[in-house]
Amino acid sequence: MSSESIALSTVGRDARPIGERLHDWVITVDHKKLGILYIVYGLIFLVIGGIEATIMRIQLIVPHNHFVSPEVFNRMFTMHGTTMIFFVVMPILFGFGTYLIPLMIGARDMAFPRLNAFSFWMTTFGGVLLYFSFVGGNGLYGAGNAPDVGWFAYAPLTARAFSPGHSTDFWTLALLVSGVGSIGTAVNFIATILCMRCPGMTLGKMPLLVWLNLIMGGMLILAISPLTAAQIMLSIDRYLGGHFFDTQAGGSAALWMHFFWIFGHPEVYILVVPAFAFASEIIPVFSRKPIFGYPVMVAATICIGFISFSVWAHHMFTIGMSSYGNTFFTVTSMIIAVPTGIKIFNWLGTMWGGKIHFKAPMLFCIGFLFQFLIAGLTGIMLATSPFDWQLGNSYFVVAHFHYVIAGAILFTIFGAFYYWYPKVSGRMYNETLAQWHFWLFIIGFHLTFDFMHIPGILGMPRRIYTYEPGRGWEIWNLIVTIGVFFQIAGVLAFVTNLLWSLWKGETAGSDPWDAWTLEWSTSSPPPDYNFAATPVVRSRRPLWDLKHPEDPDWKYE
Amino acid sequence: MYALIAAESAIFTIFVVAYIFYLGKSVSGPTPADVLELPIFSTVCLLSSSLTIHLAVRALRQAKVGAFGLWWFLTLTLGTIFLVSTGREWQHLIYDKGLTVSTNLFGTTYYSLVGLHAFHVTVGLLAIALTMILTLLRKVKPEHSERVEVFSLYWHFVDVVWVIVFTVVYVIGR
Repeated sequence: MSSESIALSTVGRDARPIGERLHDWVITVDHKKLGILYIVYGLIFLVIGGIEATIMRIQLIVPHNHFVSPEVFNRMFTMHGTTMIFFVVMPILFGFGTYLIPLMIGARDMAFPRLNAFSFWMTTFGGVLLYFSFVGGNGLYGAGNAPDVGWFAYAPLTARAFSPGHSTDFWTLALLVSGVGSIGTAVNFIATILCMRCPGMTLGKMPLLVWLNLIMGGMLILAISPLTAAQIMLSIDRYLGGHFFDTQAGGSAALWMHFFWIFGHPEVYILVVPAFAFASEIIPVFSRKPIFGYPVMVAATICIGFISFSVWAHHMFTIGMSSYGNTFFTVTSMIIAVPTGIKIFNWLGTMWGGKIHFKAPMLFCIGFLFQFLIAGLTGIMLATSPFDWQLGNSYFVVAHFHYVIAGAILFTIFGAFYYWYPKVSGRMYNETLAQWHFWLFIIGFHLTFDFMHIPGILGMPRRIYTYEPGRGWEIWNLIVTIGVFFQIAGVLAFVTNLLWSLWKGETAGSDPWDAWTLEWSTSSPPPDYNFAATPVVRSRRPLWDLKHPEDPDWKYE
Repeated sequence: MYALIAAESAIFTIFVVAYIFYLGKSVSGPTPADVLELPIFSTVCLLSSSLTIHLAVRALRQAKVGAFGLWWFLTLTLGTIFLVSTGREWQHLIYDKGLTVSTNLFGTTYYSLVGLHAFHVTVGLLAIALTMILTLLRKVKPEHSERVEVFSLYWHFVDVVWVIVFTVVYVIGR
């Protein structure tokens, strides 16, 4: 494109002193830099959350282990859950959204660049606040440091009487602050997508990633706010002597559960919808076919968005709701599987008859399809309330949601890293090392989470720091822990690859994958202004039109 | 701004739900019927400020900066009256009736719901006051009418929330 010659002159190495360049990153309002900051921040916390998971698994490798104390174990599972959801997956997804949305819709930046920076720094502040509890949470002597109330912090565990000191307050404030950041991000995504599209890009011609992030933004706005409200109530309880969740004064512990899961279940879809978005961009490019059933994909995601707000109480079958409540939430939880199933068939339809290239991004997406299917099936099992009465709060549940979050979301995130790495860094990653990453990680993943279902069925509850021998749980826990080390090896290959390729990787060029969306039309990495001339779009695959003027897409759409 | 309002609505929804859920669940007094009086005057003030801000925005769009300043000042006054009367109501409840956040569930939910609304009024008033100062410094021009209009959306939203809070707390809740 004509922008190339202008762009190349800005790519050369920055010669300014390091202090000045770092200062640039701190004060930046550029969506690309903020996107990278989000992602790097998420990766750092991924390592921290991974270390916490490893500590738990080492503790559980044999019965009666003394690797950590019960108190430390409680802190580890609380911090692991909170970190992974709020400070790993969300920032990484926001980072990709912030980086890619303006590029994909042919804009020069987000609608509100300063709000964008504000949101990032709020999220950062939230994460720092949470981890500051390790040093600053020691309010009363012996009252512990980091939060230890579980990631959903059920009442009355969070009441002053059971959680003295400040650890729970750090947890509350961290989520409150990062929640404000998330709402800012959501507002920004929605405004950008609705107002900043380049000429010709109607809603029906947007890349699916942009569509899905728009839906995710809408869900964020409606889901994060209940969490914020509940956190305000909890603070009132803890600091002003309120009685929201105080059963002694007529308050209700179940109300916290409702408020938390009104946030908590849509949150799962907030995380998985951008993961769907990555798969919807990667699978067509590596199958050399346009996405199958574009309008149906959009419609199915909108359905998921709506239904996700009516399924929350399937987390609460075991607290004794009325039979009507149980029936309603069982039925809605099963209905939501329908649009999700439609999407799986659409991805399969895209691959069907395509010329599939088994590069690392595609491998991770195929892994995602397979694991997401199984996660959906165990989800249907747990949505059946009588079945849930038996297995609720067991390792079966833990295995199920890790299948969703690691098996589906994390896999597409890895795929997205490899797919967009050449665009962001300007260099190719090492394919051999990426294949090692994939195979090590998928072996580790299946060792850990396939076999985690079994102790759950055998009755092993979650969140126990040790267990008695002779219940048939030992061998499964051993296998699960062994799997963790394969995953660590995979992640090491991943991090090495990212860093090594940054210095030594081959130059990628603007379009290494022969892809079709607008971000590949500008140079890699893109210049500050993204596009020298505002692009004009006539179909869903603008770059296909450009490369194949004899047979453009817009003739058929 | 619409997106922000949607997020704010969700927060208020949760607080309203909590209020309704806990109606009559307090294990000790005082109850709403004992202590609450209908705040008719302040309600009228707040609701009419929606009208004045609308007129202010219209005046600015027609480039009548003087009229804008006048209506804007009226909005500021009406909003302040509302906030002051809420403050007096709270003072009455705390010192005369002995109702605080920690007295009972009614106290907890009442102060958090009304307080959350009052907090939004305060934020709105700060923004209005800032704009008022800028108007007096002659920095506000007709080309800013779009920004003022976006802000007026927020103010209308705060009013609508008050209608709901009023209905729930002072009409149904008693």
